[in-house]
Amino acid sequence: MENNKLLQIMDLCVTYKTQEGLVHAVNNLNLEISDKETLGFVGETGAGKTTTAMAIMRLIPCPPGKIEKGKIFFEGEDLLKISDRKMRKIQGKDISMIFQDPMTSLNPVMRISEQIMEMILLHKKINKKEAYAEACKLLELVGIKKERADDYPHQFSGGMKQRVVIAISLACSPKLIIADEPTTALDVTIQAQVLSLMKDLKDEFGTSMILITHDLGVVAEICDKVAIMYAGSVVEYASKEKLYLNPSHPYTKGLFNSIPKLDTDEEFLEEIDGLPPEPTDVISGCAFNPRCPYCMERCEKEKPGITYLDKEHYVCCFLYENK
Amino acid sequence: MSKYLVKRIGYLFVTIAIVSFIVFMMLFFTPGDPATLILGNMSTEEAREAMREQLGLNSPFLVQYFNFVKDLVLHQDLGTSYITQRPVLQEILEVVPNTLILSFVAIVIAVVFGVALGIISAVRQYSLIDAIVTVFAMIGISAPIFWYGLLMILLFSVQLGWFPPSGFDTPSQMFLPCLALGIQSMSMIARMTRSSMLEIIRMDFVKMARAKGQKEVWVILSHVFRNALIPVITVIGLQFGMLLCGALFLEVIFSIPGLGRLMIESIKMRDYPVVMGGVFFMSLCVTIVNLITDICYALVDPKIAKS
Repeated sequence: MENNKLLQIMDLCVTYKTQEGLVHAVNNLNLEISDKETLGFVGETGAGKTTTAMAIMRLIPCPPGKIEKGKIFFEGEDLLKISDRKMRKIQGKDISMIFQDPMTSLNPVMRISEQIMEMILLHKKINKKEAYAEACKLLELVGIKKERADDYPHQFSGGMKQRVVIAISLACSPKLIIADEPTTALDVTIQAQVLSLMKDLKDEFGTSMILITHDLGVVAEICDKVAIMYAGSVVEYASKEKLYLNPSHPYTKGLFNSIPKLDTDEEFLEEIDGLPPEPTDVISGCAFNPRCPYCMERCEKEKPGITYLDKEHYVCCFLYENK
Repeated sequence: MSKYLVKRIGYLFVTIAIVSFIVFMMLFFTPGDPATLILGNMSTEEAREAMREQLGLNSPFLVQYFNFVKDLVLHQDLGTSYITQRPVLQEILEVVPNTLILSFVAIVIAVVFGVALGIISAVRQYSLIDAIVTVFAMIGISAPIFWYGLLMILLFSVQLGWFPPSGFDTPSQMFLPCLALGIQSMSMIARMTRSSMLEIIRMDFVKMARAKGQKEVWVILSHVFRNALIPVITVIGLQFGMLLCGALFLEVIFSIPGLGRLMIESIKMRDYPVVMGGVFFMSLCVTIVNLITDICYALVDPKIAKS
């Protein structure tokens, strides 16, 4: 294993037991992220992005969820093997999380100062007064006046709440932040503000970040690397530039085609034919084969392995196997 | 907060005024002649007429109600019992401590055990203990309070002889009626706590608390429970009114000299002033408990106190 890899996920499989049957939310997922890097994690709803994030945090509710196999190395240690107690020391301190909906990710009956202090007091050996001062400092950092520290979440707007959540996630200067669609629930104008704030703070704190999104525009704005996810596994992984210049997997191509173009007058948006597979369906061969315009006979029988187009660009597709 | 409090206390007085008016009206239109009851069937019509005049029963309804309110507000006087000729307030104050102890102990039992069982069955959803709590809570809610009273006397007093079947002076005498009275509310509170906890436990801020590295016990207590408490408080407030009503039956079953028994006897005797006083007292208790409930709301939910 290389040393500069902060997080490395190998062959991760996560399933959920539901009434309709076993759902394979994540299938043999491989992923890595280096120090100070921002990884964009792109895919449709239900592709398993959030499940992967929850698996890294070890927050998958069990039952019904279960991590079937795989390894998640964080700084050389397998997070799936360490004790709960040790994991709690990593949660929040080394890896912190920003949730999708700021409206529900703050506790409505606790002052925001208390919620920031909770994080600080769990991981730092300081008294309440110092923690409070630190909480105020963090609020100022994300652009909220410290006089508002004793207010409750309902007194803030959505964008402000997400700023508070960012303050909480930064409280212990984590090495990795997992942001699960942090701007999806916000107004477009506020989205831009929050994104640029996250980008600035990430650079200031020297943190790595996994940004889960389905918005390729957001990825273009702040990510270094991009992983495209489909039906529980990563189908293409590349640096942002390479991916945008040379999208290779048919699914990635479809995604880029579906972005409306400014220079042509189109009545209908391009779309990828068909629907993503039902979570309980197990598709033989490549999961994308029913929707793929380049589908070959082989795709219906075998699962494609990883093909490296170059050192930092891989794709799971038979089209590139012999090139 | 203080503005909120003043408003709530204002509501309290309005509620009591309306309740007293309704009860007074009901008693006014109830058939039966108090004068005949006091003087007996053998009395002459003149004597009864004189008695009615003396009791003020010949004045129009509104005048009677006005006199009742005037005496109450100016002299803290609820009138005089037709039967015993003693002040109603004195009669009530003699028995009311027993009723209050009974209801209070019952609600404490209900809250402590109901909330605890609710939390346990929510945290261990679909486990054996959850199933057991659910079944017993359904039984607890379904059967009437007096039935528990009777069953407990049969089992613990008659069969096993562990507790005395009547009286209300020693803790061992108090145990059975308090338990019988608390069971229904306890079941109700347990169900409410469970469903309210389960609703909150799935919310993002709970995941957030876990993602902070907080211990599960504290996640449940300081994040989930505090939020789940809001609907539970409503149920507790409502249950107290039900408890006072249930206390009425249990006082009869366990021969406890309390407000309920006094009222039932007074209704039988058409002793209107005592009935009126009793109902007035009970509505006062219920409205005060509701006021306390509202204050608890404001303490738990910051949205209420600020708006």
